[in-house]
Amino acid sequence: MRRVVITGMGIYSSLGKNLDEVKDALYQGKSGIVFSPERKEFGYRSALTGFVEKPDLTNILSRRQRISMAEESEYAFLATSEALRNARIPEDFFEKKAVGLLYGNDSVSQSVWESIETVREKKDTTLVGSGAIFKSMNSTVTMNLSTIYKIKGINMTISAACASGSHAIGLGFLLIKQGLQDTVICGGAQETNKYGMASFDGLGVFSDRENEPTKASRPFDKQRNGLVPGGGAGTIILESYSSALKRGAPILGEVIGYGFSSNGDHISTPNVDGPVCAMQMALKQAEMKPEEIHYINAHATSTPIGDANEAQAIDRIFGSNPYVSSTKSMTGHECWMAGTSEVVYSMLMAQHGFIAPNINLEEVDEAAKNLNLVKNTLNQNFDVFLSNSFGFGGTNSALIIKKLKH
Amino acid sequence: MKREDIIQTINDFLVEEFEVETSVIQPNASLKQSLDLDSLDYVDLVVIIESNFGVKLEGKDFKDIHTFNDLYDSVEQKFHALV
Repeated sequence: MRRVVITGMGIYSSLGKNLDEVKDALYQGKSGIVFSPERKEFGYRSALTGFVEKPDLTNILSRRQRISMAEESEYAFLATSEALRNARIPEDFFEKKAVGLLYGNDSVSQSVWESIETVREKKDTTLVGSGAIFKSMNSTVTMNLSTIYKIKGINMTISAACASGSHAIGLGFLLIKQGLQDTVICGGAQETNKYGMASFDGLGVFSDRENEPTKASRPFDKQRNGLVPGGGAGTIILESYSSALKRGAPILGEVIGYGFSSNGDHISTPNVDGPVCAMQMALKQAEMKPEEIHYINAHATSTPIGDANEAQAIDRIFGSNPYVSSTKSMTGHECWMAGTSEVVYSMLMAQHGFIAPNINLEEVDEAAKNLNLVKNTLNQNFDVFLSNSFGFGGTNSALIIKKLKH
Repeated sequence: MKREDIIQTINDFLVEEFEVETSVIQPNASLKQSLDLDSLDYVDLVVIIESNFGVKLEGKDFKDIHTFNDLYDSVEQKFHALV
């Protein structure tokens, strides 16, 4: 079986528009959450959201390329551009190699709404324009990126709710490990417009702490009262170790474990056994003991039951040994993107020798009292981390990644 | 609307929509080659004509539209038929 390494990363999120900005925000424990009057006007119960600036790709991509792209694809393009630069992959690489593309995405709400509204108004399907169909399919991100970069390997979108971006990395890892691909672009994207999260808000699971936006997302805190949605995109470049060595690529880390499971339970309420199963599977694949994991980037979204159940799951396997934090305290829940962005965040911490704080953790919840939670930025070198991602329908993914010093 | 106004309106939105220099638009030049149109672009051309003039060009209309002049003629004809 081949080794699988990370040779590049890119990020576009509420914490910043590139790796440097995001690294600084993570270190400073900066929140990307704002109150959106537009959402309130639209009818949201909770109008809090991660703020992500709309990209302008006018002078970067052609009209034909841009016309098929809605915001999730734009975010993904910027994150992927940075990741490819970071991995020192030149444009002609895609002509010589069958590079793969696996990206997590699970909604295109604004594009669907816009095209249907146009048809309703005009009573004529032609008048939605040529880009509508390519923007309003779940696979829009991989459709667009594969065309822009001339992808010739595997090319598909992974839709697994809030674990999409994590499964994308896990599946890319397996393809390379099996020798079916040498290089796979993996990622996750999340739209941030008001249409995308309206029905999620309707469940009443978003924090309504609207008077204190930056304090609303507070995973593991006793006073948490719901999640805050966020978004953007994150990309990582996975390569076989031999391919990376051969082209003299920067080797940032190695994916050593991917565990997955399905709860076989409730559609939205998470349980304990499913995540335990995924984390144990990842450990087994990595051939590691629990005490060899130094840091866990928890899925913890700031919902009462989700955080409590994950805390129990982590406690059951790892006890109080590893440092634990949830970067969702700063970003909010980046949903389809979170599984990748949180690997990027954790890699940035590993590269720069710190653990980002679980901000707003004032009084630790009873269920999490045995965890080694990081409340304030910790200057701490670490090599191995585990990143959890769980989603609706009970889908779970756990990735174990080791920093490499090349 | 006079023919000159129709031509000016069309030229303006072609420059904006297809991001070309004004100079590429010549009355007898090939519409397809000058604007580098593919099959999808014709859908967008239909959309912008409809939004500017309230008339819809059909697929069969494009069989006779080769040059910019052909496009002006077709739009002018449909527009005047409408009003």
